[in-house]
Amino acid sequence: MSRPGFVLEVDDRTPPLVVHEGEGFRLERFPLGTRVVYPPESLPTVPDVDEAIRDALLHPVDADPLPTLLKPGMRLTIAFDDLSLPLPPMRAPDIRQRIIEAVLQMAADAGVDDVVLIAANALHRRMTDAELRHIVGERVFRSFHPQGLLYNHDAEDRSNLAHLGLTDQGEDVEINKRAAESDLLVYVNVNLVAMDGGHKSVPIGLASYKSLRHHHNAQTMVRSHSFMDHKRSHLHHSAWRMGRLLREHLNVFQIETTLDNKVFPPPYDFLMKREWEWSVRDQASLLAVRRGLAVAPKRLRHRMFHDLRAPYGLTGINAGETEAVHERTIAAVHRQQLVEVDGQSDVMVMGVPYLGPYNVSSVMNPILATCMGLGYYFNSYRGAPVVRRGGAVILYHPLQADFDVLHHPSYVDFYEEVLAESTDPAVVEAKYEQQFATDPWYIHLYRTSHAYHGVHPFYMWYWAAHAMDHVGDVIWVGADRQVARRLGFRAASSLPDALEMARDTVGDSPSITYLHNPPHLLADVRT
Amino acid sequence: MIALEMYRSLPRQIAGRAVGARLPGALSGLAALRLVSHDEPRVTREGWARARTRLSGICGSDLGALAGRTSLYFSPVVSFPFVPGHEVVADLLDDCGDLPKGSRVVIDPVLSCAARGVEPCDGCADEATNRCDRITVGDVSPGLQTGFCSDTGGGWGEVLAVHRSQVHPVPDGMSDEQAVWIEPMACAVHTALRAAIRDNDRVLVSGAGAVGLLATYAVRSLTSAGPITVVAKHDHQRELALLLGATDVVTPGEALSRVRRATRAFQLRPVMGSPYLLGGIDVAIDAVGSKASLELAMHATRPGGRVVLSGMPAPADLSAAWFRELEIVGSYASARREPIGSAGGRGAFDLATELVAAEAVQQLADRIATYPLHRWREALDHAQGAGRLGTVKVTFDPRSRR
Repeated sequence: MSRPGFVLEVDDRTPPLVVHEGEGFRLERFPLGTRVVYPPESLPTVPDVDEAIRDALLHPVDADPLPTLLKPGMRLTIAFDDLSLPLPPMRAPDIRQRIIEAVLQMAADAGVDDVVLIAANALHRRMTDAELRHIVGERVFRSFHPQGLLYNHDAEDRSNLAHLGLTDQGEDVEINKRAAESDLLVYVNVNLVAMDGGHKSVPIGLASYKSLRHHHNAQTMVRSHSFMDHKRSHLHHSAWRMGRLLREHLNVFQIETTLDNKVFPPPYDFLMKREWEWSVRDQASLLAVRRGLAVAPKRLRHRMFHDLRAPYGLTGINAGETEAVHERTIAAVHRQQLVEVDGQSDVMVMGVPYLGPYNVSSVMNPILATCMGLGYYFNSYRGAPVVRRGGAVILYHPLQADFDVLHHPSYVDFYEEVLAESTDPAVVEAKYEQQFATDPWYIHLYRTSHAYHGVHPFYMWYWAAHAMDHVGDVIWVGADRQVARRLGFRAASSLPDALEMARDTVGDSPSITYLHNPPHLLADVRT
Repeated sequence: MIALEMYRSLPRQIAGRAVGARLPGALSGLAALRLVSHDEPRVTREGWARARTRLSGICGSDLGALAGRTSLYFSPVVSFPFVPGHEVVADLLDDCGDLPKGSRVVIDPVLSCAARGVEPCDGCADEATNRCDRITVGDVSPGLQTGFCSDTGGGWGEVLAVHRSQVHPVPDGMSDEQAVWIEPMACAVHTALRAAIRDNDRVLVSGAGAVGLLATYAVRSLTSAGPITVVAKHDHQRELALLLGATDVVTPGEALSRVRRATRAFQLRPVMGSPYLLGGIDVAIDAVGSKASLELAMHATRPGGRVVLSGMPAPADLSAAWFRELEIVGSYASARREPIGSAGGRGAFDLATELVAAEAVQQLADRIATYPLHRWREALDHAQGAGRLGTVKVTFDPRSRR
């Protein structure tokens, strides 16, 4: 039986606690009385994954069993989440591979021979062959990729986009043409956090900029409270409207999976334990890892982290009608990640780790770090933010101006040009978004190289819009001061210094909450 | 009289080339320059007069010559030893044609046919005096300009010889610090007109030293250019560039990507060497003369665009000029009568005198550092690091003893 998440109050017996900070972590002593929110331990996983997959496909929710939907001569498209999920990447075999293989087996049994697999990467970078192979597995890759039947969605291929109409709010619904014109679209999802899945899969993962701009904008993002609660997220409301319109045009068979909290493999598994429960072996691992990181050159340190493959286990799989499936998915995610937190605090502390959805195999640049901290982690709440309005957020990350020019070329220009002019999400959207979104060079790199779309850094910045609007102070511990200033934030060298800097905002003895993640948690804040 | 004299010294030239530009403070120790006392230049021929220097600027080409960076191409058109200094504000010590003794003048340094007492060459006949073909013959020793000619002396001495064809009176009420900008501004005027900028052309000015700043102002004042992007290393240059008409100012490191974004060009990165654009701006002005600056100008210019060499150029990779079919346009000194653009046949010095009187240029006049001749080592080191030190122009005042 796994233990639920809980909130620790720091006292004089509390040991230093792990705080992630980019490609490393530190042991931090928190002030007495600090609340530390620990994620629940991993739930039991399904005993037989293949059987669970088969059962979900044969007994879907509010839909006919998959084999009855498969007919000879039909056009079948299988879309799947890209490498932005899960984090870190899953140890092989990836759950998507196992599901896709099961679907393909059923399709073959039914005599379906027009099958295409599409990675639903929206405006994310094209995955490399190796990355695709890791997700779909060797057999599927070899069977489909050489024939051009397994590929990344291209949101800029005008000839392969279908505009399916407008929602009642005037939002364009434009998605991948092959998917839109299929007799059946099977979507294979990995639901890492509550934000994922549901109508965020097809209408977003297979969409174009024309469609995405309706919900990925500063105004929508700032009104989403929070992204992890689809019923209170304007972004999700828009996606849901689009999804419901899509339902009138195509048949979607949604398959959603939920994972446990096994984020770190050995020898890093001590990071998933509560510090006072570390064994001698755990403490030795900690010492070895910290020493190793201290002496390792940057490149090696990067590899040490980015080569990690998480030993995730499957806690549930549901298939069928998107919304019905997603209700079950969310319930499972909540069971794994929800932690009850009593009331808001003046200060919220978060460690931003080395990896977010958009820097798999590359460096987490300052914009991505902002998105990770102020976007995803800040929004890891239900009910109300962990920090009160006007409070302070303290984040840990080196915030170095390192950019991967292969994956993030537009980020460099966004950082140097746009943020130099303004850090206000609404201002940068109004003044610059169109230029970046339609820049032919960025489009070229997105389509032919492995670059995120030109507009992507804007979206990352918008993710943080709600937090920027909500809090009075953002301070980064251990960050490059110039970079923090460019982002519109401040830097401190230590937690006491950061708290001192935040005095004007939160006073001399603020209440502090530290979100101890990863692993993933969702604060259920009761006010 | 006291003067700074540049003499021929191959070892110093080599040493200067090796380290002079790289090590702050090394230039003054290695330069083939000395403070000497010798006779004033003699004036015997019609149209010539002596002039006492009030201020004389240190120009990038002077520093290049002292550091041994100047191409040996120019060796036949200078005569050693010479007194440098071609940006000069001076008082006439003799009557000079129609200008009476005592007049305050600035000097067009080009030693054209008129000054040499020879029949006008084709260039001089067209009043394109900067294209003079007779700069090695006639009444004075070889020298493309005052400041590179053994016979005339230069501004870095107390007294120099000037010809009536060279001198332009300074308006009353204009300070010496403003007037010393007239000669470089005349060059900038010439550059702006040579650039043949069309309505709304995008312009890149690579460099925000004195040459770049003045070129920016001249382009903004004399042409109907669209956005002007200036490449500046230092914060104070950024402020001045914006004041003088730049639309935006970028650092050298971000220049290409900013141009790429603004023009929606494609950026390519060769296996070795600097990146370049497919597409880019319409006209680039290289106002530095370094390899990096010139290559940036070429790499940021659209196919069929124009690159104007305003600074004395360094050797550079000309692949882009060939591959992108660029027009490479030289811009040397200034012409007695500018034949193109909004100049309307007026002389560059007349236009420059008007431009220098403007409020914006007053800001430049306020950023001049002045040294007496005997502190020449400090002056040169200051000039070498002027951008870093927040100075736009370093000048000599040979009258000063401080």
